[in-house]
Amino acid sequence: MSTAAAGTIDHHRDPTTSTGIPNKKLLMWAFLASDCMFFGCLISTHLIYRLHPPPGVPAARDVFNIELTSFSTFILLMSSLMMALAVNAIQKGNLRSLRFSLLTTIFFGCIFLACQVYEFSHFVSEKHMTITNSIFGTTFFTLTGTHGLHVLIGVIWLSSMLVYSFTGRLSEKDSIDVESMGLYWHFVDIVWIVIFTAVYLLEYI
Amino acid sequence: MADALVRTDFLGKDEKTAARPLVLWRPTAKTGLVSWLTTVDHKRIGFLYGISALFFFLVGGLEALFIRIQLAVPNNNFLSAQQYNEMFTMHATTMIFLAIMPLSAAFFNFIMPLQIGARDVAFPRLNAFSFWVFLAGAIILNIGWFLHDGVPNGGWFGYTPLTTRTFSPSHSIDMWVMGLQLLGVASIAASLNFITTIINMRAPGLTMMRLPVFTWMTLVTAFLIVLAFPAITIALVELMMDRLFGTNFFEVSNGGMPILWTHLFWVFGHPEVYILILPAMGIISEVIPTFSRKPLFGYPIVVFSGACIGFLGFGVWSHHMFTTGMGTMATAAFSMTTMAIAVPTGVKIFNWIGTMWNGHLSMRTPMMFALGFIWLFMIGGFSGVMHAAAPADSQQHNSYFVVAHFHYVLIGGSLFALLAGIHYWFPLMFGRKVSEFWGKLSFWVIFVGFNTTFFPMHFLGLNGMPRRTFTYDANMGWNTGNLIATVGAFILGIGVAIYFGVMIYTYFRGEKVGGDPWDGRTLEWSLPNPVPEYNYRVIPTVHARDAFWYEKNHREEIVREEAEHARSEAEHGGIHMPFQSVYPFIAGVGILIGAIGVSVIDPNPDPKVIIGRKLGVALAGFAVMVVAVYLWSLEGNEGYHIHVDGDGAHDGSNAGPH
Repeated sequence: MSTAAAGTIDHHRDPTTSTGIPNKKLLMWAFLASDCMFFGCLISTHLIYRLHPPPGVPAARDVFNIELTSFSTFILLMSSLMMALAVNAIQKGNLRSLRFSLLTTIFFGCIFLACQVYEFSHFVSEKHMTITNSIFGTTFFTLTGTHGLHVLIGVIWLSSMLVYSFTGRLSEKDSIDVESMGLYWHFVDIVWIVIFTAVYLLEYI
Repeated sequence: MADALVRTDFLGKDEKTAARPLVLWRPTAKTGLVSWLTTVDHKRIGFLYGISALFFFLVGGLEALFIRIQLAVPNNNFLSAQQYNEMFTMHATTMIFLAIMPLSAAFFNFIMPLQIGARDVAFPRLNAFSFWVFLAGAIILNIGWFLHDGVPNGGWFGYTPLTTRTFSPSHSIDMWVMGLQLLGVASIAASLNFITTIINMRAPGLTMMRLPVFTWMTLVTAFLIVLAFPAITIALVELMMDRLFGTNFFEVSNGGMPILWTHLFWVFGHPEVYILILPAMGIISEVIPTFSRKPLFGYPIVVFSGACIGFLGFGVWSHHMFTTGMGTMATAAFSMTTMAIAVPTGVKIFNWIGTMWNGHLSMRTPMMFALGFIWLFMIGGFSGVMHAAAPADSQQHNSYFVVAHFHYVLIGGSLFALLAGIHYWFPLMFGRKVSEFWGKLSFWVIFVGFNTTFFPMHFLGLNGMPRRTFTYDANMGWNTGNLIATVGAFILGIGVAIYFGVMIYTYFRGEKVGGDPWDGRTLEWSLPNPVPEYNYRVIPTVHARDAFWYEKNHREEIVREEAEHARSEAEHGGIHMPFQSVYPFIAGVGILIGAIGVSVIDPNPDPKVIIGRKLGVALAGFAVMVVAVYLWSLEGNEGYHIHVDGDGAHDGSNAGPH
């Protein structure tokens, strides 16, 4: 590793690693592979139980509010766009643009979470579907709740980054940190597309 | 090699920003308790894994002896049925998760970075975190010994509905659920680290197809862990939700299906088998070439077979479930994949035999264990592939035949290889060597004891003796076999006692040896003894698959190269070392507290109290963990620099972020 050139900043290739991929990025990719399996198991659980509804389970169409969920899905997708812009901004060293993009991503993430909170409380209070009173409620709340938890962690992470972009801890040379966070955020969005299709849209076919 | 200068005036020294906040204190102790609690050195973490694993190995062994005493004679009442259930549950869980896996992890930690010519793993603090979470999980699993609720008793597979609240109301199952979840977190975090390390931190010239086979198997195992553990984690989360919050995942009256648990468990459970055996195969692939004085026969085939086993390992889980009535098509498919996976395994055995063929065999103790491995693992493989035939399997299912089979692959396979590995790398770790006489004596006693214990179980199983039954009647025809097995278990116990007694003696009084007692061929043997904390004074350049062998035969070229690299490294600031950190440990403590809250404490019966003792303790632990992780990320991955001269004397100084 005698080629470790101190001081040079290369956004995409870390010359000190064997592959040129920064360690943090590789770690994040490996983690996301693992997370795929986590969500895979939860989604499978939901789909399997969907095929074997016991009597008395509420029909999904009567419970869902597809317009609201479509809206929050769209918002979450737009947050991915802003996240991509944030990564682009820090790679160019443009902190002002970074802050704007991060703030928008956080804002969109919060809208998504708010929609989910509204949806959950609506299902419980209006539709009388709780996590304990039917197998559909059990799998639905656990799966979408786990996803919501991922979004919440992402929002907290994004907010920390936003704060540190003001205190000076976050600068152009830390672009890999923002990039790894971006990978996570995009992954959470992609998982939502799968959940939206498999849990919501599937009921309307 | 005086050109590796002792310098203190390098760039970045003044970046040691004056006033660090107190919470971001970086411990610097090199000896004593604090140094162990805050260590980020992969070798020390390897020791911690190793010592914990050996402790739990002895605990699991005691549990096994209790089981064998109970079964020695018919209608025995040495243990009650309840105690017997606790024993077989804890024996299996302990041996798999707290003995074999962490012992493999000890080798991953200690050996793998040395084999790839790295100075540490990619994320040293994450590595420490993995160990502390592992220890927290181990404590939660075993905490029941000291509590009224008792230890888990639902089997290591934890089949629902047995483990649901209705049938197992005590907290012991909660401890099992929580303990395994923590062990999963620890294993996944460690594996992500190893994957990054092996792919990204290889020395120059060390291409993937030059990696030592042990490192290759570490990589494959790490991928298996990362992809298989989520399945059991989700299964455990679902069970935990059922038990804590009254959800319906496995609640039959509300549409839950216990078969889902069985599938999720074995989607994890079968790759887990390969998680246990692949590191062992890696160790064997290091030991046999060294003591045959030959390069490994068919290196690429050995590597690809290992990867192939890893892939196929995900497609065979339902052969644990042939008797659940999955239907003809599924049964046939899983029969086929199970037979297919025997092929790469057999290929490896032939490669090891090919390595020994015409070699100059040197029958030292590690080689004895390695040969024992091949022989016993083959027997276990033969009885294993018999289970692939679904009709035969439905006869053998849940009988002692299965017990015999998996002990042949787990003890005869994994454990023999790990014992070989301990003997093989003991001189590297401690600078001393076990006496050949005592080493070989322990091998023979273990070998004889093992076969006496488990070979009769084949017959017991085929004669219909079921697993997990705490006693049997005298007229079943199982008396002799059981008595022989119990006698064998005690011989095995004596063998293991000799083995570890000799190890402890050797640690204090053994014959001192130099850096390379076996005339090794992989990079770790090029290191001085004891291995310095920075491992390599100069990062080696790898020219061949057997890198150290090449170095031995090209001294001049290597000396020239090292001098050059040492100079350029000194110009770039010297050897960069990570600071120690206390936060991985604190995060582990927080997780332990939270887990105790979730799994041990009774919920408050009064619904008006929102935050009772249970939730309070759980939240407190969670808060400690969150704060520790946050401070951990705030303190950053800073480090200091060491400058080493040719004699190994060094001088450290602080440095800024890297």
